[in-house]
Amino acid sequence: MARETVFNGLMILVLAAIPAAALLFEEPFYLTLATRLAILALAAVGLNVALGLGGLVSFGHAAFFGIGGYVAGILAVHAFNMEPLLPGLPGTKSMPVIWVVSMLLAALIALPMGAISLRTSGVYFIMITLAFAQMIYYFAISWPAYGGEDGLSFYVRNGFPGVNTLQPLPFLLVCYGLLAAALLFFWRLQHSPFGAALQAARQNDVRLAAVGIRPFKIRLTAFALSAAITGVAGALFADLNRFVSPSMLSWHLSGELIVLIILGGVGRLFGPVAGATVYVFLEYGLGGITERWQFFLGLILLGVVLFARGGIIGLFAGRPRHG
Amino acid sequence: MAEPLLQLRGLKKSFGALLATDNVSLTLRPGEIHALIGPNGAGKTTLIHQIAGTLQPDEGELRFAGQDITSLHMADRVQLGLARTFQVSSVLPEFSALRNVMLAVQARQGTSFRFFADVRRDARLTDAAAECLARAGLDGRAAVPAAELSHGERRRLEIAIALATGPRALLLDEPMAGLGPEGSKDLVVLLNALRSEVPMLLVEHDMDAVFALADRISVLVYGRVIATGTADEIRRHPEVRAAYLGDDA
Ligand SMILES: Nc1ncnc2c1ncn2[C@@H]1O[C@H](COP(=O)(O)OP(=O)(O)O)[C@@H](O)[C@H]1O
Ligand SMILES: [Mg+2]
Repeated sequence: MARETVFNGLMILVLAAIPAAALLFEEPFYLTLATRLAILALAAVGLNVALGLGGLVSFGHAAFFGIGGYVAGILAVHAFNMEPLLPGLPGTKSMPVIWVVSMLLAALIALPMGAISLRTSGVYFIMITLAFAQMIYYFAISWPAYGGEDGLSFYVRNGFPGVNTLQPLPFLLVCYGLLAAALLFFWRLQHSPFGAALQAARQNDVRLAAVGIRPFKIRLTAFALSAAITGVAGALFADLNRFVSPSMLSWHLSGELIVLIILGGVGRLFGPVAGATVYVFLEYGLGGITERWQFFLGLILLGVVLFARGGIIGLFAGRPRHG
Repeated sequence: MAEPLLQLRGLKKSFGALLATDNVSLTLRPGEIHALIGPNGAGKTTLIHQIAGTLQPDEGELRFAGQDITSLHMADRVQLGLARTFQVSSVLPEFSALRNVMLAVQARQGTSFRFFADVRRDARLTDAAAECLARAGLDGRAAVPAAELSHGERRRLEIAIALATGPRALLLDEPMAGLGPEGSKDLVVLLNALRSEVPMLLVEHDMDAVFALADRISVLVYGRVIATGTADEIRRHPEVRAAYLGDDA
């Protein structure tokens, strides 16, 4: 078996072990930890489509995470208050509906944002995506209808048919389910004709055009897909906290997602999972001891960038092979 | 005389004060190999770039298969059947030789917006790509990442990729460069075998190859075409001898 497959299997075991430990040691907080891990990993799987496969270093994915969060929050609040959003358009407490709306809205906003950002590349692309996300951040802060700077609380977590999402374990399993679906999608995408074109755009976009495929169309589609996945993660994050605020839209989050992917392994199927695991464990393990735990995260990141460019998966399984 | 497949009319391109393409008009007819020769810096690559769409001419018109392609995107020109190879090999370093060619096949088949099919299991894709690799003499190297191919193998891969796009005309920018005498000879055989299938505009420094292959030769000097004719006409052309071939030619 390929070493990467073994590594991925180990990651799945780790994901399964956390809730098992939570039940065994009666530490329900571990369930919250695992939920956070799954949601961050899901958001990073989204970014991994653009950054990992397409080489598009988006520093604006917090925008999509936040959009998903506000979709969940706003729809929930309207449903709770029984006020329609617009005449004839009610809110909802149904997670599947919220997810679909989050994905569509994130992708819809990613299209113009990508269409403009993708005219540039390199550092300019990073800066323009950041600028777009900051615009949305300031818009949220100055929009009093939904809490402005203070954010928006909703009192009851949204529902999923047949699942008691108010309980931590079932909600965790819903998050794991979506993470699994996203990983499956990423895996199929990686080996699909679209994935081949996207990876070609990263390696050499002139070559892609010279076989007759426009790099722009491929990249824009990838950017929108990427945004949609990160958007769903945002909706789950809002449901985890029953709260959404502009901090979900802040550039810190965009940076964290990039860090997760670099830590785990850029473009690798389980890179986001590995990265999120290290991140959440550090945050929990060191965060209790020192508020400066991010200093150690920075040290590890420095080590990875200097000595292990393939991230954790690269260390374990070497460079990726494309058949 | 057959209607030209590719027609350049009054093409001009300057880089600042440098006139790299100076009012170039030439044609590529069905079934022919048209060689473009000229000293280094004459503007041959710049001309290929404009035909392929990597560079936009300042003036002039490009027609391909009866259509004005002057402002068409490079990728759309390839879709019409105008394929090219690069003077400096331009491949996908992480992909295997086979997957480099498969990308061209999927572009021709128009399947690049399929998100769930597995390219590795699509026989229509892998078989067509393997066939192009074999024609370029790379069948034994299909699984090797392009970054690990030798210089000569990468030149061949360029040709395999161009063939896989399903070309109606080929623009070849110094395909023999750096191949050595043996490699050049092999490539002459390959291009000769392809001539009935697809006409070629061939930029080449290797004069043995040019005289062996070309039906017509155009000579480019300082961005201008100073002569067009058969191999014999070009050999005898006084201006060409002075400007390019030198006295020993
Ligand atoms: N992008 C560019 N910018 C400025 N000058 C260029 C550029 N590309 C080519 N040139 C110049 O144009 C001339 C023609 O170059 P080129 O087409 O590469 O010649 P050839 O392929 O015949 O050797 C050279 O003098 C070269 O330096
Ligand atoms: Mg040249």
